[in-house]
Amino acid sequence: MSRFLLASDPIDVAGAKRGLDHGAAGACATFEGWVRNHNDGRAVQRLDYQAYAPLAAAQGEAILAEAIAQFGLRAARAVHRTGSLQIGDMAVWVGVSADHRDAAFAACRWIIDEIKQRVPIWKNEHYADGESGWLHPDNSPVDRT
Amino acid sequence: MTYRLLYFASLADQAGCSEETVAGDASDPAVLYAELGARHGFTLTRERLRVAVNGTLVGWDHRLRSGDEIVFLPPVSGG
Repeated sequence: MSRFLLASDPIDVAGAKRGLDHGAAGACATFEGWVRNHNDGRAVQRLDYQAYAPLAAAQGEAILAEAIAQFGLRAARAVHRTGSLQIGDMAVWVGVSADHRDAAFAACRWIIDEIKQRVPIWKNEHYADGESGWLHPDNSPVDRT
Repeated sequence: MTYRLLYFASLADQAGCSEETVAGDASDPAVLYAELGARHGFTLTRERLRVAVNGTLVGWDHRLRSGDEIVFLPPVSGG
């Protein structure tokens, strides 16, 4: 089973978390990213996520493999939503298991940061004033391959 | 040569489509993006994009072949 998944339906957290089970693991850290009702001072009503699926899957898998090697994890999984989401919906879930908590906390943080930087997924925010727009952050690295 | 383009996010909005097939003789993605940008009015400069050919990230001087699937990737905003 792929460790990184794109999901067009609500994320199955219980199912994803079962992928972290390991007898040697003494720590599990998870992160949930939720759709919030504001961004940059504007009221947000909903948003859409679009992904270039084949490359997103490959890049997500590479990030999780790097995290497992770098932090000595027992397991790592992540799921990212696509499609139309409402306020409060879970947009992304990251989970890791490790022997001890230091590696689990650090790896979970590293993975979500890398997903936000590298995986080809785009967010279209729909604002309360009727406008909408795709977010293309200036700080996104453009020279990584 | 013919190329298959997939567009995402603001590039899809500006192109008015999510995919198209174009004929031309652009030798690399840099030349192709300049041509398509002129036609569609893309506002993102090439310096802010990455490019993938047939599902793999490549450099802007990657040699294109007829039938390639090319995706120009705007700065991402997942998470």
